Amino acid sequence: MGWHEVPGAHALGEDEAMGVVLNERPVALVRTGGELHALHNVCTHQFALLSDGYVEDGCIECPLHQGKFDLRTGAPKAPPVTEPVRVYAVKTENGKVYVDLDD
Amino acid sequence: MTERVVIVGAGQAGGRAAEALRAAGYTGEVVLIGEEAHEPYERPRLSKSVLIGEEPAVAACMHPREWYAAHGVTLHTGARVEAIAPKSRVVITADGERLDYSKLLLCTGSRVRPLPGAPDALAGVHYLRTLEDSERLAAELVPGKRLVVIGGGFIGLEVASSALKRGAQVTVVERQATLLDRVLPAEIAAQVASLHATHGISLRTGVPVARILGNGAVKSVQLADGAEIAADLVVIGIGVIPNTELAETAGAASADGIVVDEYCRTTLEDVYAAGDVTNHHNPILERRVRLESWQNAQNQAIAAAHNLAGKARPYAEVPWFWSDQLGTNIQMVGVAEPGMQIVWRGERLAFGLANGRLRLAVGFNMGGEIRSARRLIEARAPLSPQRLADSAVRLKDLVTEATCSASTP
Repeated sequence: MGWHEVPGAHALGEDEAMGVVLNERPVALVRTGGELHALHNVCTHQFALLSDGYVEDGCIECPLHQGKFDLRTGAPKAPPVTEPVRVYAVKTENGKVYVDLDD
Repeated sequence: MTERVVIVGAGQAGGRAAEALRAAGYTGEVVLIGEEAHEPYERPRLSKSVLIGEEPAVAACMHPREWYAAHGVTLHTGARVEAIAPKSRVVITADGERLDYSKLLLCTGSRVRPLPGAPDALAGVHYLRTLEDSERLAAELVPGKRLVVIGGGFIGLEVASSALKRGAQVTVVERQATLLDRVLPAEIAAQVASLHATHGISLRTGVPVARILGNGAVKSVQLADGAEIAADLVVIGIGVIPNTELAETAGAASADGIVVDEYCRTTLEDVYAAGDVTNHHNPILERRVRLESWQNAQNQAIAAAHNLAGKARPYAEVPWFWSDQLGTNIQMVGVAEPGMQIVWRGERLAFGLANGRLRLAVGFNMGGEIRSARRLIEARAPLSPQRLADSAVRLKDLVTEATCSASTP
């Protein structure tokens, strides 16, 4: 529960995503526009890791069927996805990145 | 008369068009007429999760029935349009009902291509197109059944994959020398064949079917080389035929699909078309295409709706397609053409180039990379095959280079 450090997050480049498992939960960490976003890493349509997807225009696109989610809100932005994906708060302290699983 | 758009065909394209008309702010009447009994549905899962038994067929429906009335869409299902009178702007249904339109959108889709000589009423012989087809087949797919799939295209291969998961013993028969002959270059299709062979699906390529044998129920499939394959079930998946007759009879130009321009306009005034049934110019590929895909059914319909609503929107997208088989997600962007230069990047990503430009990419569990490949096709910039093949060069970096060079005069 609470804030979890994401190891290796500093290596994440612009418009890149990485998948991590925090407290047994799959999380995608994404850097775009200089900001970090964290979201549940499994697409709400079918099983696929969003961290394998394409980051563009503030959205992450699922690698399986190109459904899109808004990185800030998790809202579905392009079919076939219709359900939002959960997003988590991110903070950086002393060069370390933390995600709030809020559970 | 009230402004009214009539949409003929209530499949995925028709349904998406109705939805997009409202999203585009169209305030006139919208009437959606479909021959099938169901509200609009999408077909991809009919050969996958529904056959496997993971989902009921109705899960494929785009919206519940109430949605249509709530959004000002009058939905007539189980209704067949018999004729269009383009001069008087009327469609005539099989019941003799005459319905005026201001603008007409044809989303009549396609129907399965029948196998010549296939017996009409032999139990166990299936085609797969509709929700009912999928339910009927799913009910018969039980462990131990011997299934022969006739046709090694995407539908046939997805059925083979789903049937295997249900515990069936599966043989795929394809008359061409390679699977997916119409859509993929042979050396890329070979990768799909090896996927199926590895999973224990028996492949018979380069041999046509002579006849389906049985008495009341199917017993076997006989091939032209004399071989006979025992079968409890047969699925015929040898392609589809676009439903162009309604448009043709009304005088619209048709050539492997109803001819439309980039604004989805047919050659008849105020008559538009979208989806499987159209033959359209793709400005990125600079050629005409007829596409049988989820993407085209959805996005050409959305473009058509915007044009019908008076908001000019050309339809210009790189064709994209996915198939889920045997736990592998296969995606392709672009189109296959004869004589392409094929370049592999590792074993899971292949490119097809023509005149040094990327025209096709096919990935096996490579969705993220396929997305970059789409950008590279859009850019239409010359690419080095060596760098495409080099996994150390990020595709995203190639995209940046290509889009920069494309914008330089």
